[in-house]
Order: sequence, then C-alpha cells, then structure tokens
Amino acid sequence: MTDTVNAGIAHGLYTDGEPIADTKAPAGPIDKKWTQRRFDASLVNPANRRKLDVIIVGTGLAGGSAAATLGEAGYNVKSFCFQDSPRRAHSIAAQGGINAAKNYKEDGDSVYRLFYDTVKGGDYRSRETNVYRLAEVSANIIDQCVAQGVPFARDYGGLLDNRSFGGVQVSRTFYARGQTGQQLLIGAYQALERQVAAGTVTQYARHEMLELVVADGRARGIIVRDLVSGEIETHLADAVVLASGGYGNVFFLSTNAMGSNVTASWRAHRQGAYMANPCYTQIHPTCIPVSGEHQSKLTLMSESLRNDGRIWVPKDKDDCDKDPRDIAEEDRDYYLERIYPSFGNLVPRDIASRQAKYVCDEGRGVGPMVGDFRRGVYLDFADAIERMGEATVREKYGNLFDMYERITGENPYKVPMRIYPAVHYVMGGLWVDYDLQSTIPGLFVTGEANFSDHGANRLGASALMQGLADGYFVLPNTIRDYLAKGPYEPLAEDHPAVVEARRSVEERTQRLLSVNGERSVDSFHRELGHVMWEYCGMERTEEGLLKAIDLIRGLRDEFWRNVRVLGAGDTLNQSLEKAGRVADFLELGELMCIDALHRRESCGGHFRGESQTEDGEALRHDDEYAYVAAWEFGGSEDGVFGEVGTPVLHKEDLVYEAIELKQRSYK
Amino acid sequence: MATVTSSRVATARRTTIGLKILMAGTGIVFVLYVLLHMYGNLKALQGEEAFNTYAEHLRTFGEPILPYGGLLWIVRVVLLLSLVGHAYAAYTLWSRAGNARRTKYAAVKTAARTAWMRWGGTFILLFVVWHLLEFTILKISVNPDKQGPNITQNPYELLVASFQVWWLTLIYVAALVALAFHLSHGVFSASQTLGLTGSAGAYRRSKMTGHALAAVIVVGFLIPPLAILFGLIK
Amino acid sequence: MNLTLKIWRQAGPRHTGELTTYKVQDISEDMSFLEMLDVLNEELIAKGEEPVAFDSDCREGICGMCGLMISGEAHGPERTTTCQLHMRSFSDGEVITIEPWRANAFPVIKDLVVDRSSFDRIIQAGGYISVNTGAAPEANAAPVPKPNADRAFMAAECIGCGACVAACPNASAMLFMGAKVTHLSELPQGQPERSARVLSMVDQHDAEGFGGCTNVGACSRACPKGIPQDVISTLNKDLRTSLRG
Ligand SMILES: Cc1cc2nc3c(=O)[nH]c(=O)nc-3n(C[C@H](O)[C@H](O)[C@H](O)COP(=O)(O)OP(=O)(O)OC[C@H]3O[C@@H](n4cnc5c(N)ncnc54)[C@H](O)[C@@H]3O)c2cc1C
Ligand code: HEM
Ligand code: HEM
Ligand code: SF4
Ligand code: F3S
Ligand code: FES
Repeated sequence: MTDTVNAGIAHGLYTDGEPIADTKAPAGPIDKKWTQRRFDASLVNPANRRKLDVIIVGTGLAGGSAAATLGEAGYNVKSFCFQDSPRRAHSIAAQGGINAAKNYKEDGDSVYRLFYDTVKGGDYRSRETNVYRLAEVSANIIDQCVAQGVPFARDYGGLLDNRSFGGVQVSRTFYARGQTGQQLLIGAYQALERQVAAGTVTQYARHEMLELVVADGRARGIIVRDLVSGEIETHLADAVVLASGGYGNVFFLSTNAMGSNVTASWRAHRQGAYMANPCYTQIHPTCIPVSGEHQSKLTLMSESLRNDGRIWVPKDKDDCDKDPRDIAEEDRDYYLERIYPSFGNLVPRDIASRQAKYVCDEGRGVGPMVGDFRRGVYLDFADAIERMGEATVREKYGNLFDMYERITGENPYKVPMRIYPAVHYVMGGLWVDYDLQSTIPGLFVTGEANFSDHGANRLGASALMQGLADGYFVLPNTIRDYLAKGPYEPLAEDHPAVVEARRSVEERTQRLLSVNGERSVDSFHRELGHVMWEYCGMERTEEGLLKAIDLIRGLRDEFWRNVRVLGAGDTLNQSLEKAGRVADFLELGELMCIDALHRRESCGGHFRGESQTEDGEALRHDDEYAYVAAWEFGGSEDGVFGEVGTPVLHKEDLVYEAIELKQRSYK
Repeated sequence: MATVTSSRVATARRTTIGLKILMAGTGIVFVLYVLLHMYGNLKALQGEEAFNTYAEHLRTFGEPILPYGGLLWIVRVVLLLSLVGHAYAAYTLWSRAGNARRTKYAAVKTAARTAWMRWGGTFILLFVVWHLLEFTILKISVNPDKQGPNITQNPYELLVASFQVWWLTLIYVAALVALAFHLSHGVFSASQTLGLTGSAGAYRRSKMTGHALAAVIVVGFLIPPLAILFGLIK
Repeated sequence: MNLTLKIWRQAGPRHTGELTTYKVQDISEDMSFLEMLDVLNEELIAKGEEPVAFDSDCREGICGMCGLMISGEAHGPERTTTCQLHMRSFSDGEVITIEPWRANAFPVIKDLVVDRSSFDRIIQAGGYISVNTGAAPEANAAPVPKPNADRAFMAAECIGCGACVAACPNASAMLFMGAKVTHLSELPQGQPERSARVLSMVDQHDAEGFGGCTNVGACSRACPKGIPQDVISTLNKDLRTSLRG
C-alpha cells in the first residue's frame, strides 16, 4: 500500500484537479438506461438534418459505420481518412471475431453475461453503464452486418456459426475465417459508399486531420492536410466525431498499421479534451518475433495456437543458439506449465506475455540476436503433431502455419515456431461520457480512440463489437441530442479560432520542413518505441518510468532540433506525414509514462513492480485506484515546439452497482 | 426488385462486356460454320462425286421453299454480319485496352495471350479474304499445270489442283495453326463471356473443350490438303 | 545480399518520370520487400535525397494499400501482397525493376504511388446492399446454403489492391468487379439489386477508362487473394441476364 505521496506529484510531473463524472447516463436500473437515454435525447426534424454538418475523422468500423448511419439519417456528413480509400482503415486487420449476445448456441449466454465478462475482462476499470449498453446492442450488430452481406461463417444448415474465444465459457464469437475485421469493415465501407453516391456523405481520402477547431467552447471543425496536394484545408461543421483508432504505434513496433497514429486525438487533447487512462495498452503474447533492426511492424498470430502448442525455452543460456530439435527434453523449460500448473500454456494474455519477457531478459530467449538479447520463445507443435497427426494440425492451423512460414521462411511443422509479445491495442483514449461526448462540447469520440468500454484490459473480440456498436447504434442516437440544438452559428473562415488553428498547422509543417537536421524521423520513432517498450510496456516500475520520462523529454527536444524531413510541403510527402505523427507520439509517450507512474497498482495487463503479491502475482488496489484517470493538457508555450506543461489529473470514480468487484487468480 | 430502365440496358450493350457478348455470339457462329465446313471438306476423301454432290446439295438444300443457293446466301449473310460484328468488337476493345494503359511497363514478364488473339485474328481475316477470292469469288487456280474452266468450275478439281502446290498448302497450315490457337482460347473465352463457367468445374471443362476443338479442327481441315499434297488424292 | 534497383521516380502527376538506378547492400533475406525499400529510403535521406514514395499500411497483406510491379510481375514473384513478399525470393546480385501500377484509371501521384479512387467509385455505383441501419431482420432469418456462403466468402476476400488491373494486358478491372458482384450475388440479401448493381458497376468501370476483359487470366494469377477467374464469368452472366431488361 502506498502511504507516501504519489511519485508523480512528488516529482512535479502532474497536479491533481477536480473530479469528473459522467452526467448523461440516466438514473434507474442498468437494463433500462439506454432505452431511457434514447427517449430523452432530443429528436431532429428530418427536414433540418440536411442543414446540419457533421465531420467524422476515421473510416474504420467506428467511423465508417457512423458516417453511413448519419448519412442515411439525412445529415450532411464529411468523412476523412489518411489512407487512399476508406476501406483500408486499420480495422481491416482484425482476425479473430466479434462478440454478440445472441445465444444461438443456447449455452447460457445473455446480455448480462456478456456485460459481466467484459467488465471482468477489463479488470474492473471500465464504466459499467457504457459496457452494459455495449452488450445490449451487440445482437443488433450481427443483424445489421448480415443484412449488408457480411459473409460470416455458417454451418451446414446455413445458419450462423459461433466459436468460443479469449477464454470465455460460452460460444458467442461470430467470425469470418481469419478475416472478421476485413469483412465487417467492407460491410461498413459499402454502406458508406452508398451514402457517398446518395450525396449525403462527402468522402475525403488521403486527408489527415492536423488540428481541431474549437470556437466559443465548442468543437466546430478541423484543419486537414490534403496528402496529395499538400494543401491545408479548413472544414467546419456543427459537430466533430473522432473515430481515429488507437495509438499503439507509439511503441514503434506493434501489430498496428504503419499509419496508425494519435494525431487526431492528441490535437483534440491539446485543445482541451481529456485523455483517459493513456497507459492502458494490451500486449498480445503470440506475435511473430522481430528478425532484425530493420523490422517495421509485427504480425499477430491467432492466440488459438496456444490451445495445442507448448511454450518453452532452453534451461541453459548456452543452448539458445542451438537448433531446437537438438535440445533434449530434459534441457527444455516449459516455463508456463511449470509456474502455472493448472492453466499451463493457456494462462491469460498478460501473464503469458510477461513471462516470455522475463525469460528473454534472463538471456534465455531464442532466435536472432536483436540488440543485446534474443527476443523469442518456442511455440512447439511437435507433441500436438504426434498426438493428433500432421493432417489434423494442418486442418486446424494450416493458414497460420503458412503465414508463419511466409514471414520467417521456417517450416513450423518441422521446427518449433518462435513467438514474442507485441503491443496490440490500446484501451486508453479520449475521455467520453455516456453520450460518447468528450470534455469539449460537440466533440464525440468513438471506437478505439475513446477509453470507455474495455477498462484495463480488453476481452478478445470486443473491440470490433465496440466500434460497430458506437458507430451504428450509439453515436447516431446520442449525437442528435447535441445536433438538435443546432444548427450552430456559422463560423467564418476568419474567425480567430479558425485562423489560429490554421496558423498552428502551417507553422508546425513549416517548422518540420525547416529543421533540416541529421536524423531521420524513423530513427526517432524507433528510439521512442524502445523506451516505451522497456519502461512502459508489460512491467513498469517507478524507477523505470522516471527514467523513461527523462529520456522522452530529451528525445523530443532533440527531435525539434535535429530531425531531417526532406522534400516540400506542397506535394505528397510521406516523411512529413510521419514527422507530424512522431512529434505527437513524443508528447503522448510522456503522458503515458506519467499515467503509468501515478497508477501504483497492477491491473489488467499492466504489471507494476511495486504492486505484487508474495508469489509475484499482480495486485490490484480497488480502494485506491478504482477510477478513470482523465488527464487535462498542461498547456504549452506558443510557438515552442515540443514543449508541454504539467498535466492535471481528474478522477472519475468507478461505481459498480450491477456487478461486484473481484480479484483474480490463475495459480 | 430494382427496375432497370431500357436506356440503361442500351448503354450496357456498348460496355466492354456488351461487346464481348457480341464477340462470343459471332465467334460461336464461326465455330459452327467451321465445323460444318470441315465436315464438307472431308467429303473430298470419298472422291470427286461425293464432294461435288455435297457442294451441289448445299445449294439445292431447302428447295423449293428456298431458291437455288438460298441457304448458302443466308449463311453468307449471317457470316458476313458476324464477321463485321466480331471484328468491330475486337478492334474496339483493342483500342480501348490501348487507351487504358498508355504508359507501358518497362519490364514485362507475361507473354500476352491478347496478342495471339488479336494478331492471330487479323491473320485469319486476311486468310479468309484470300480464301474466298481463291475458291468462291474469283476461283483462281494457283497450279500452273492445271488451268482452265474445267478446273475452276469443278470444285473438286480446283481443290486438288490448288493443294498440289506446296506453298499454298503451307499458307493453309499456317492459317489453321492460327485458327487453332484462336479457338483453343476462344471457346473457353466465349463460355466465360457468356457466363457459363461460373464454377471451378465448368471452368476446367470449358478450357478442355477449347483445346479439344482446336485439335479436331486442325486435324480435320488438314487431312484433305495433306492427302492431296502427298498424292493420296489425285 | 546486394541488389540493383531500377525504380520509377516521378515528382508528381503532371511530371514525366523515369527509371532511376540505385544499389542497396547487405540486405537480409528476412526483410520484407518494403523493409528493403525502407532501408533504401533511410540511405537516401542520409544522403539528402528525397526518399522513394510508395504506399503501405497494414504490412500484413490485408489492407490492400501496397502494390508494386516488380520486374514485370504485380506484387512480385510470389502469390502474395508486396508487403508480404520477402527478400528470400530474390537472389544476390539481382537487378529488380520497380514500377507503379500502370493504368489510366490509376494515375500516378508520385513515384510508386497511384490513385485508385476509381475503385471507390465503382463500389459507389452499386457495390453494396441497400439496408439502412436498424432496418435489418434477425440474422438467422435467411439461412444461406453452405456452398453459396463459401463462394460468397471466397469472393469477398478481395482486398481492392488493384494488382488485377496492373497485371491485365487490357488494364481491365473485371476481376475486382467480378469478386464484388459474386460476393453479393451469392447471397439471398443481394438478390433484389442484382441486375441494377451489375449494370451500374459495369458502366462505371468503363467510364473510369479501364479496358475490357478478354479472358486472359493474368489478373487471377497475380491476385494475392487467389480470386479465381470464374468470378468474371458470374459477372458476365449477371450482365447478360440484366441486358434482357
Ligand atoms: C492485428 C489485429 C487484430 C485484431 N483482432 C481483433 C479481433 O479479432 N477482434 C476484435 O474485436 N478486435 C481486434 N482488434 C482490435 C480492433 O481491430 C481495433 O481496435 C478496431 O478495429 C479499431 O477500430 P476503429 O474504427 O476505432 O479505428 P481504425 O480502424 O483504426 O480506424 C482509424 C481511422 O481513422 C483514420 N485516421 C486516424 N488518424 C487520422 C487523422 N489524423 N486524420 C484523418 N484520419 C485519421 C484512419 O484513416 C482510419 O480510417 C485487432 C487489432 C489488430 C491490430
Ligand atoms: C476476322 C477475323 C478475326 C478477328 C480479327 C478475330 C479477333 C478476335 C479477338 C480479338 C477475339 C478476342 C479475344 C478474346 O476475347 O479472348 C476473338 C475472340 C473469338 N474469336 Fe475471333 N477473330 C476473327 C475470326 C474468328 C474466326 C474465324 C473464328 C472462328 C472460327 C473466331 C472465333 C472466335 C471465338 C469463339 C472467340 C471468343 C469470343 C469471346 O472471347 O467471347 N474468330 N476473336
Ligand atoms: C484446308 C482448309 C480449307 C479448305 C480445303 C477449304 C475449301 C473451301 C472450298 C473448296 C470452298 C468453296 C466451296 C464452295 O463454294 O462450294 C470454301 C469456301 C469457304 N471457306 Fe474454306 N476451306 C478451308 C478452310 C477454311 C477456313 C479455315 C475457313 C474460315 C476460317 C474457311 C472459310 C470459308 C468460307 C467463309 C467460304 C465461303 C463459303 C461461301 O459462302 O461460299 N475455309 N472453302
Ligand atoms: S481481385 Fe485480387 S488483385 Fe484484384 S483488387 Fe481484389 S485482391 Fe487485388
Ligand atoms: S487479365 Fe484481364 S483480360 Fe480479363 S481475365 Fe483478367 S481481366
Ligand atoms: S500494406 Fe496492407 S496489404 Fe500490403
């Protein structure tokens, strides 16, 4: 227990502010709240909708579905993404599946059970009301997607198939082979394109949002850069929705797409939107390990591999560079089976990840040397092949094995695979209330970009569910309450807020192009990623985090003095795009470390060195930390690039009425 | 049911797929004709009488409902229209394809099957023109030893006289090889265009049919000329 | 390994471009093709030259953003996306020519980056099922026979990369079109708009300036998702049926 002053405050890294609370969820029993809220939210006369402009940044599951739905409703929607087509948003990469409380298997599933599993999966750090609503609308998502033609897996009777996923006891996951995200996204994309054709949605691909326009206390527009012509454009509206995805790329290496970034959220944060629980990241244990310094991203392999594969490393460091097939059985350490005899290789994601890191830090990792260590552990199917036969293994895991072979050039039927954990998802994001509205009126945040539904950890197959729940069903109902009060006074392009937002974008762009230093953007990003992974990854300590904050500050300072961005601003310039994103990551990274530092408990996937049980397991502190940490931007000196002031912490207490808090144990 | 307006249908006929359907339809007319023609040519193996009777029969078929030569003329009109349609579609698509990629690749790996079809088709066109001049319109004998009306007015004699000349036979061999290539892809292509290959099995079968038909046609057509050249038929 | 790269450099849509030769050294076999280009770009930046622009995002073969013509083959010698192509598919000392997708419907934006928004417009023309949010019936109300569901899924795997267009000698987008039409036509939900969809999409395809399909099949051989040529047959059939009005 911590009776000392929190280290963050002690070091002057942040200050405490007023508590914050959600005021939008109506009173009453949890299962009536959403119905009540939809009833209370004002309606917008269909004839007026055309006059209301909504900007949606992001075309992933969250943004694409929202743009399509608001377009259908008749609002005037502008949709933005930085890729060349909305269909390529990062949601497309999701493999496993999407949960919904359909109870098609009649195995005892229900809205309440999905709600319960999700809150528990989030280690009791999510907001109960939001999660309940998520479970409530989940079934509608499946209906909607099927009607759009999403080809979910079916059984021989032609009905939808389900599987159980991520360690839950019921089969509620809908899937489309290993391409669930792709199929769902294409469904949303097609719905979106239909609205583009109908003229209700205007699509801006290859446009990147670089600033939020806040005028008279309301979010009123965005400043974007047309990535093809380099032109800086102003787009104004009655409301702005950010559905810009997660920021896992702050770690440089992650399973996220190359372009995933925090810029949209971070710019909003700088304009006054609170950032909640930024340090909550999910780390996935079964990724293909790094093969060398040049590596640009990591690839996820399905966790289902742990069902039949056995994880081990050599007992002796000296065996690490041997051919694994030459290492005798008695020289292998099946460490998960050893430490967790009852769960074995099926321990939860965070434990599997952390233990892998430990054995590698001890010098017992396998695979190529990257830096000073070998970062990989074996995932061995030799026993499974013996037990079930190669044909069965091939049938069950063939496509994953093929993918592994394509990337590594090794045949997993013959040589054990190598895996290593990688950053996969962020639970933190902009703070929103029950209406998905941020602390800036008129700014709504959906999908991975907000913080609301997953707490400190995400249950498998629930991010897709959240994205579509937000976009199809929640936001369209809540945003109308805000829009009904509009149309808001039209903003002139020469309104000081607009002028100022444009100026800051132009200045930043100009500055990035003119530093003309020695180091490439990627080299800064790589270094930042390294610091984040080492000190703000799976295991955090006060000492490490303090060190990380120092390192990040130094790096950020160097960035603005020494980055080299070639080319001009008035054409396609990918270095410039990257530079802007990395500049924001360099600010976010610090806040993540401060957030991690102040949360002196182990919760979700985040192991805090100073908070463990006697036998080294994660220890949560519900009495002290059952709150959402919502950070207010500390301000920055005008024109001083990379300077950030001291952030202010606002706490939202988490009240559990429908569910009882419990500690977990996997021993 | 969403309705489709007739103007939409009209424009759709001019789309690349519309043109291809025209091409497939006319191509099938050709295939049928060529098969029939091949059958007729094979009559030459049965000797002069069988062949000439067959040639005459073609002209009297359907009498008295059709005038003398009536069927032949119907066939000729259909063939001519088909030729116009087929070539029009082919050349339109060719030019659209050229416009669709104005900057060419510096490195090209695949030998283009389109080249066979287009240049091969053009070669067949030239061949047919010559062939018609030779056997139908002008009735020319290229054999210096066999001239005069009793040769040119007797289809069988003209045939024998012509193919005793080695280089003429060579032209025919070349034309038939071109035709075989054209059809080995064309038959599959037509079924694909008409939407008859919408499953893996149908797809494979139609590819095989194309190759088989091409083989039958080369062999079938070449038997009489080669038999003549090598003196089996005199 | 050491390689010679001949890369198409073009400053902008209205500039003329040309192949420029670069040498890269000590490339590891385990690098992906795009990581090899990342290495080249880092070297170019160090030398003060502008890096080569190319598209990529997911780098795991699913978003369809990447795509290069590598020595005359769309996505290179393996059947996969450019981002999933690894350097072990090449040999030491090889000369590799790298060009953008070439099609007038895919204008070059810069270097190896092209504009594929024509694909979006084809989808806008009808590549969807019209169903408003909230208006959907219960998901299991319309069972889909397994063979149809499987074929729909196979076609739905298309990632919209454009390799089919790049590989087609006619620069035709019929494989992309066929994949979408087949996906939606196999499902009961897709029936009401079946005729209208195919007519509009084909019209749009031609209006964008793609060439016509002459059933060459190079598209399907280049397709990283293995979309078979027979989807074009399905497309043709749907068009023929709708021509009857
Ligand atoms: C490999 C992988 C596998 C996964 N598997 C699963 C799974 O099986 N089940 C599950 O539930 N979840 C899974 N997830 C998580 C899930 O895919 C994501 O959390 C979810 O798709 C996020 O959707 P989104 O709409 O919020 O954002 P995204 O899909 O990331 O979309 C972000 C959008 O914002 C746009 N954008 C971002 N910044 C800007 C800017 N500055 N200007 C303009 N546009 C911008 C982008 O262009 C894009 O359109 C997986 C994630 C990964 C990485
Ligand atoms: C006038 C000379 C000819 C020209 C210029 C020509 C040209 C072409 C071309 C360019 C194609 C398209 C290739 C393709 O779609 O794959 C084609 C297809 C075809 N041709 Fe010809 N051709 C000619 C004569 C013939 C003849 C004499 C026959 C038959 C005996 C024939 C049968 C076919 C068939 C069956 C097809 C396939 C139709 C389709 O693809 O849908 N063609 N032709
Ligand atoms: C060895 C091959 C061939 C031989 C010996 C041959 C022989 C003949 C003969 C003798 C005639 C005249 C028939 C008559 O007027 O009674 C004729 C006509 C014709 N042949 Fe051929 N032919 C051959 C190949 C072809 C091929 C490959 C084609 C088409 C691609 C073709 C197309 C025609 C046509 C269109 C006519 C005109 C029919 C008419 O309208 O009168 N022939 N051929
Ligand atoms: S059909 Fe294949 S090659 Fe064409 S866009 Fe789709 S995935 Fe790419
Ligand atoms: S290569 Fe081209 S011609 Fe047709 S079959 Fe494929 S689109
Ligand atoms: S980068 Fe996404 S498919 Fe290659």
